[in-house]
Amino acid sequence: MNLAIGNYFVRHAQSCLSALGQLCRQPAGSLLTIGVIGVALALPAGLSVLVRNGEAVAGQWESARDFSVYLQPGIAMDTAEALQQELESSADVASVVLITADEALAQLADSSEYGEVVGVFDDNPLPHRLVVRPRDDAVPAGLATLADGLEQRDEIDLVRLDTAWVARLNAILDLVRRTILLVASILTAGVLVIIGNTIRLDIQNRRAEIEVSKLLGASDAFVRRPFLYAGFWYGLGGSLAALLLLIVGLLLLSGPATRLSELYGGSFQPLGLAGSTALGVLGGGLVAGLGGAWLAVARHLAAIEPKI
Amino acid sequence: MIRFENVTKRYAGGQDGLREVNIGVEQGELVFLTGHSGAGKSTLLKLIGALERPTRGQVLVGGRNIGRLPPRQIPAHRRQIGMVFQDHKLLPDRPIFDNVALPLIIAGLGQREVQRRVRAALDQVGLLKRERQQPGTLSTGEQQRVGIARAVVSRPRLLIADEPTGNLDPELSLEIMQLFGRLNEVGVTTLIATHDLALLDRLGGRRITLSKGQVVRADN
Repeated sequence: MNLAIGNYFVRHAQSCLSALGQLCRQPAGSLLTIGVIGVALALPAGLSVLVRNGEAVAGQWESARDFSVYLQPGIAMDTAEALQQELESSADVASVVLITADEALAQLADSSEYGEVVGVFDDNPLPHRLVVRPRDDAVPAGLATLADGLEQRDEIDLVRLDTAWVARLNAILDLVRRTILLVASILTAGVLVIIGNTIRLDIQNRRAEIEVSKLLGASDAFVRRPFLYAGFWYGLGGSLAALLLLIVGLLLLSGPATRLSELYGGSFQPLGLAGSTALGVLGGGLVAGLGGAWLAVARHLAAIEPKI
Repeated sequence: MIRFENVTKRYAGGQDGLREVNIGVEQGELVFLTGHSGAGKSTLLKLIGALERPTRGQVLVGGRNIGRLPPRQIPAHRRQIGMVFQDHKLLPDRPIFDNVALPLIIAGLGQREVQRRVRAALDQVGLLKRERQQPGTLSTGEQQRVGIARAVVSRPRLLIADEPTGNLDPELSLEIMQLFGRLNEVGVTTLIATHDLALLDRLGGRRITLSKGQVVRADN
């Protein structure tokens, strides 16, 4: 019994390796097929890496939800501090920082670009400013209401609320994510068809062998096995080709991306290939490989019946 | 071993392959199936190998009704029969050894056993030294002997051959038939279809003659 089980595994191993051998005997055709599968799998995976980077950038800019409340020029410090306390007690607000007109002028004087301009003024033309940081769970609509209410008040000159574009960016990323899912599904189906068709041709080329095997009493499982293993190898080869393309591609992009980030003064580090994405590429390739082979085998093997 | 009971085979086109055939072959017998081409010899062998199903009647091999065999059980049935074909059906891109080993690999035997049995079968047909050669480098007669080695390598109890000497000259044909005779002597039930009556006259043996799908003569 143990011997029979041992033989079973030995036969599978033989079948698996001989399928690989078959692929290696036609290197040009096999590499072409594997290359096409690689490109088809790399495309959605590459896009998903880009989106992940986009999300990371958007996350860094979450602080852009802060909004500035400029008071009317000449408002007293007491009023500004009272307003600061009032805002801090508001439900949507996490913290409020008061930047007084003097502090603002000092900052301006320190800056290289405008430092000389400051000396021109006799009086400080700058107003007090409150920088309001909303709570993380504050919804955009609530913030908009708060900002509108503030703008109505006499002591407040201007409220600058800049959250709209962050919301838009997130919406765009959502759309891109959905598109990637769609593209990935279509391309995986494409890979399924490519492998199915390759296996179909394989079956046609080995028709004589299949007929003779069936004549000699080969079961369907026996006849099916080498083709399923061929599908497995195509899927595995295609996935590895896709990962290679992704790694090389990301390596080429990481330099310019870091430079761009530095120009914006950001500390943003471009994200590479996530483990889950790599596993997805591998899994997608193997599923499409085995699935495509199975479809071809189910359709075409049954049609081959031995004739004498 | 083999029993046909009122077997009729009608092909999809409407022509009859066999009509109301009743025959029996006992265990260990050597029987020649004769008749002109188109008489139904091949149809009869196909029914035994479950390559076709009878339209009516029963085909019994070793007590089992082959006509009613579920498709899943057909491979196991074929593994119990050795089949030899007129065009030998060797795989041209595999060495002789691999061709003969195929039935054993299908049956799932271990590597050692495969080597032992393939060598024994090739020795039996006198081609042991040619095991690494491709079939294309052998003569037609030698290729047919490889076909016979492949048919007997899994030690079947039943051997069927469809015109095994169809492409051979009389000298080689006799040689092949004598080979079948030797295999039969060790107990393999053998059924050989041939239209070479001159050859049969030299060999003797029991004959079943078919004409237009019907048995016209069956020796006892």
